Amino acid sequence: MSTVYVPGDSSARSVGADEVAAAIEAEAVRRGVVVQVVRNGSRGMMWLEPLVEVVTANGRVAYGPVTPRDVAALFEAGFLGGGAHELGHGDTDQIPWLAQQDRLTFARVGVVDPLSAQDYEGHGGLVALRRALVMTPAQICEEVTESGLRGRGGAGFPVGVKWRTVLDAVDLPKFVACNADEGDSGTFADRMLMEGDPFMLIEGMVIAGMAVGAHEGFVYVRSEYPDAVAAVAAAIAAAYKAGWLGPRVLGSDYGFDLEIRVGAGAYICGEETAMLESLEGKRGVVRAKPPLPALEGLFGKPTVVNNVLSLASVLVVLARGAQFYRDFGVGRSRGTQVFQLGGNVGRGGIVETAFGITLGQMLERFGGGTASGRPIRAVQVGGPLGAYLPPARFDLPLDYEAFAAAGAMLGHGGIVVFDDTVDMAVQARFAMEFCAAESCGKCTPCRVGAVRGVEVIDRIVAGRDVAAGVVLLEDLLELMAEGSLCAMGGLTPMPVRSVLQYFPEDLDRSEGTRP
Amino acid sequence: MLSDVSLRQAPWSQEVALETIGAHAAQRGPLLPVLHALQERFGFVDARAVPLVAKALNVSRADVYGVLTFYSDLRSSLPGRVRVQVCRGEACQAVGGHALAEHATRSLGVDFGGTAVDGSVTLDEVFCLGNCALGPTVTVNGRLRGRVHSAELDALVADGGVLA
Repeated sequence: MSTVYVPGDSSARSVGADEVAAAIEAEAVRRGVVVQVVRNGSRGMMWLEPLVEVVTANGRVAYGPVTPRDVAALFEAGFLGGGAHELGHGDTDQIPWLAQQDRLTFARVGVVDPLSAQDYEGHGGLVALRRALVMTPAQICEEVTESGLRGRGGAGFPVGVKWRTVLDAVDLPKFVACNADEGDSGTFADRMLMEGDPFMLIEGMVIAGMAVGAHEGFVYVRSEYPDAVAAVAAAIAAAYKAGWLGPRVLGSDYGFDLEIRVGAGAYICGEETAMLESLEGKRGVVRAKPPLPALEGLFGKPTVVNNVLSLASVLVVLARGAQFYRDFGVGRSRGTQVFQLGGNVGRGGIVETAFGITLGQMLERFGGGTASGRPIRAVQVGGPLGAYLPPARFDLPLDYEAFAAAGAMLGHGGIVVFDDTVDMAVQARFAMEFCAAESCGKCTPCRVGAVRGVEVIDRIVAGRDVAAGVVLLEDLLELMAEGSLCAMGGLTPMPVRSVLQYFPEDLDRSEGTRP
Repeated sequence: MLSDVSLRQAPWSQEVALETIGAHAAQRGPLLPVLHALQERFGFVDARAVPLVAKALNVSRADVYGVLTFYSDLRSSLPGRVRVQVCRGEACQAVGGHALAEHATRSLGVDFGGTAVDGSVTLDEVFCLGNCALGPTVTVNGRLRGRVHSAELDALVADGGVLA
């Protein structure tokens, strides 16, 4: 019997993976050969999706992008034995794009059957949890702090320090809330991890619970990710069955219950306090901080709020040790970051690598130019609230501090490529439009500022008193950045400022009027 | 599929509504799960359900209405038979998303957020479907599709009734 992997990842499905899987099954029946099709996660090489892998005596061999029309020819070429075909890429692990990465957090994604508990344990799952079970909560917090792991959701706060704060809080009960509301355009790592290795998230949440003394957790997944919702829900059910969740985790005295909650199409619910409001069943309106969610979070109780990748990365720290993890990276950015290459890019997908390589290296080594074949004009890093950077800034190393110093941010690691047909005035306007559409409305700088921002950009682009318009816009940007309650209004100025700084010619269309 | 509500609309029934509310009322923070469940059952959240939810959860009708109108997923009226979402996020903009969005409103004859008068189609914008390396991305009746330009969208919409 042959085993063939065809990703069940929603991105792979969006370009025909289901049809390819069905075609392989049908062709196998027609030829009277027994083929087991496993729906794995995606390896993250999106330009090769649907990527079909065949298990051979010499490891897994890759073919892609496969369409249903290619299937008969693949059988003809003997792909079940790794036979040569023009879509073949040889040993999957040796594909340079993949081999050059440091896949720590994403080690299992695309490799295992996402919902097989046996596969999970067979590929290093539960090692971290077993270790945590023989540690004290303080030791777990200490080890995570020691690793230098910072929150991967965007803010970059040290995970161990946050956990320690919740551990020291006296109020009970405590909660663990996973922020899986990955709303930033250009980011999809949380989704791929939830679809491709959902047990990893569950294990991370149980460990977080043990570290802080919580016995109840919630995963808040955005509704735009129905496949991730289904995968996490199925994994939670399987984890209860396996005894990884419930009153006696792995037979210990520690109990942890986990529930999934689904968002309802509000970007602002990716902001942690808005997410807590939403979990409580309210409008996703942000809260003022302090009090910190670590002390007064969900239902007013001490709550750990972590992003999917932060919780998953904790497993690497505990399974392989804080020192192992902190040996990756540079400066205060330790470990690996799961970057996501998207937009107009030749080879888009998941690039997990140590912090510190430059943006230019990332784009050259992995991105492979634009999909359109035209020159790159701008790259937006860190989602809709991140800066647009021109090729002159591709020397920036991908680490939190270097980006912050340049008026940019790494955020959740999304890198969106634009070619030279992009109109940066449209992008600046969009940043304001998006803020106006998604603002929760609680604070005036964000709610009103975004609307005024669209208006003033329109006036500038129309060429009506451009110099005065730019002064007004800069004043508005400062007000929003300094006066907003949360990062939505506070960071919307970042992409707009970057357009003013690097692409002023797109805003000022009336030659010679701008200073 | 969670987002695929158009295929299983049940006609309004107070009994069914109460039963649906009751199935989720005992959770912590039950309002959002209750509203999701009602929408899944009826295709949208009927105004007649609002006082029932308020009573069952012991909150005000204003609280329920406030939540219902805050979240863009929750609908107060029946969507079209074919539901189309077009991603408006930056990653899709970088590969022709603006042109696709324009084509969608023109060819379907509705603005974003609108439903055709004959109830054939509802068009919504969405900010990111997590398919950022394979855009432009749309969903048709809850089914995610990548690398969709004008011609592909037309074909998907034409097939929309049978897909999903």
